[in-house]
Amino acid sequence: MKTLDDLRKMREQVRKELDMRSGNKRARVTVCMGTCGIAAGARETMQAFLRELEGAGLGDIAVTAAGCAGFCEKEPMVEVEVKDEKPVRYCHVDAAAVARIVQEHLVGGKVVDDLVFA
Amino acid sequence: MAKPRAYVMVSVDADTVVIGAREVKTRLAAEIGTCGLGEEIRVLETGSFGPSDAGIVAAVMPEGLVYGNLTPERIPQLVEEHFVKGRPVSAWLLAGEHILPDPETTDSRGQQYFGRIVLDNCGRIDPDSIEEYIANDGYFALGKALTEMTPEAVVEEVKDSGLRGRGGAGFPTGLKWSFCASEKADMKYVICNADEGEPGTFKDRLIMEGDPHKVIEGMALCGYALGATQGYVYIRGEYKLSIERIRNAIEAARENGLLGKDIMGSGFDFDIAVKIGAGAYVCGEETALIESMEGKRGLPRVKPPFPAKAGFRGKPTNVNNVETLANIPFIIRNGAAQFHGIGDPGTPGTKVYTVLGHINRAGLIEVPTSVTLRDVLEDYAGGMRSGSFKMAQLGGTAGDLLDASMLDVPLNYDSLAKNGHSLGSGAILFMNETIKVCDFLHACMKFFAHESCGNCNPCRNGMAALLELTARLKKGEGYPGDIALMEELVMGMQSIAFCPLGQSPAAPVLSAVRYFRDELHAGINVDAVRPRPEHTMRHLMKLAS
Ligand SMILES: Cc1cc2nc3c(=O)[nH]c(=O)nc-3n(C[C@H](O)[C@H](O)[C@H](O)COP(=O)(O)O)c2cc1C
Ligand code: SF4
Ligand code: FES
Ligand code: FES
Repeated sequence: MKTLDDLRKMREQVRKELDMRSGNKRARVTVCMGTCGIAAGARETMQAFLRELEGAGLGDIAVTAAGCAGFCEKEPMVEVEVKDEKPVRYCHVDAAAVARIVQEHLVGGKVVDDLVFA
Repeated sequence: MAKPRAYVMVSVDADTVVIGAREVKTRLAAEIGTCGLGEEIRVLETGSFGPSDAGIVAAVMPEGLVYGNLTPERIPQLVEEHFVKGRPVSAWLLAGEHILPDPETTDSRGQQYFGRIVLDNCGRIDPDSIEEYIANDGYFALGKALTEMTPEAVVEEVKDSGLRGRGGAGFPTGLKWSFCASEKADMKYVICNADEGEPGTFKDRLIMEGDPHKVIEGMALCGYALGATQGYVYIRGEYKLSIERIRNAIEAARENGLLGKDIMGSGFDFDIAVKIGAGAYVCGEETALIESMEGKRGLPRVKPPFPAKAGFRGKPTNVNNVETLANIPFIIRNGAAQFHGIGDPGTPGTKVYTVLGHINRAGLIEVPTSVTLRDVLEDYAGGMRSGSFKMAQLGGTAGDLLDASMLDVPLNYDSLAKNGHSLGSGAILFMNETIKVCDFLHACMKFFAHESCGNCNPCRNGMAALLELTARLKKGEGYPGDIALMEELVMGMQSIAFCPLGQSPAAPVLSAVRYFRDELHAGINVDAVRPRPEHTMRHLMKLAS
């Protein structure tokens, strides 16, 4: 650490990682991870979210797991809740769907209508 | 590798380490790995979150859920339920919003929560990671001071902030710094007083365990302001984990060029070493502390000269409490005005307390200096656990005993002084009606009698006399006149004891007499006849001559 700038660089770098830890999130993605969710591929869905969010540089979105919601045939199921907006439930969320949800909903701010659980 | 989606932060402090916090942490990491979640969920160590009566505590972030009373046996179920299935185990969750306060929320009285100053990182970052401290603006105050401010400007900023010492006496910190800064000397020292001997007070320990770099940064700023190049942290030997974490922090700061020679290219040299104390209460007094650091018996010195003129090794020395120093980075980073705007204008900022006794949530809190004892009890401590409020001791064993009439006085130096009280060192002990005042006083006197260093007569004999006297009252065998005698003794000690330890019993004794005279009277047997002349102050002095 030779200058104030070095300190700044280090701060920004570590901050990105720490963002994940703070409870202050712009949005929350909850992946339904009951037994049948996992059997239907929820684990891969979760991984895909983590990858896509990192790729998109979104550090202010929490990804959490939730238990069974009781709609086994709709799994993998995901709920996206943007702060101050109504939560949206998506079903049959595979890796391709994850990419769209991240880009259209979380980056673009527009709900991906054709994936919404009706 | 993707970034983790969640963190489990196990609170590892000296209390939890002995009940197995590290085993819980290891077990958690292993179990999470077994479930194939090792990359998604990271397990970390952090400082105290606050509660001290909830066993081993861990927070899951970003959810902000806090589990208490964890054991290695509970881990498999916890991991299975919470992390694999996503179902928090509600039975093990801790209640209590003050545990991990969200800076954007309001407190329970609807006031905007301004965020913590001293404990902002405690329980949120890994205390052994300098990177995480830096990510939370750590060392930016030092960077700012070294690149944009003169040492004089740093002293002025601290003066303007109105910060007062948090070690018990409440002396204005900026003023104290200016004394030492104006001394000309080839060597000056900065000492962080981490002796913390007051029973029930352990806030300094939790600050050091939770955010050691903040103390280091505060010391470096102090060194720069005063023109000192060497700092010492004087920590009591029992504080093993504090010692370990402060040492790690010093090491990491050195490796990153934040301590040592020519810090950030400014030409300022500053280094810090740890000195370990042997745990005598009197060694928390700053001149006794300096004696002890010089390898001598921990006897207080005659003042003047004050340490600012002739302290450690006869050189100008500044001694500040851990919490005082931990406030400095905030003041320099955000400016004196912002600090001054928090809490009560006479004692700006916040105060860190350990709260204990018959309350629902014992532990560590940081509150603005405008809150009252009632606020602390109801909003932060969760109310009385059993019985009703009878009294509270404010500030450790040398603190005042308050009754319900003082519940609405704001906890700051000026408001308390108006009522004849003092803020003390940072412990608040709440007691219900099961505690008898006589028993309580006797327990306090036991501590003082044990800690009197024996150097001077009024304290040595006075403590022994008080111990005997309170023992009598406790058994209901006091002699008529004992209360007046007790008052005379403590007032006499207050005026002639050599050091402030001998002056200390005055606070609990006189306040107990003020609020609980009737109850003390009940300890007197009106028919008893005093068998021999008592240890009056005059008598004590005669013994001495
Ligand atoms: C008997 C006795 C014990 C003390 N113990 C401590 C202590 O453990 N920690 C502390 O910071 N100050 C303690 N003090 C107060 C110190 O002498 C000194 O006032 C303080 O370290 C100054 O720091 P501050 O201005 O930051 O409050 C004690 C004083 C006395 C008389
Ligand atoms: S007042 Fe007590 S502690 Fe202080 S020097 Fe005298 S005997 Fe020692
Ligand atoms: S796990 Fe059964 S419906 Fe989601
Ligand atoms: S001088 Fe040590 S007790 Fe008398």
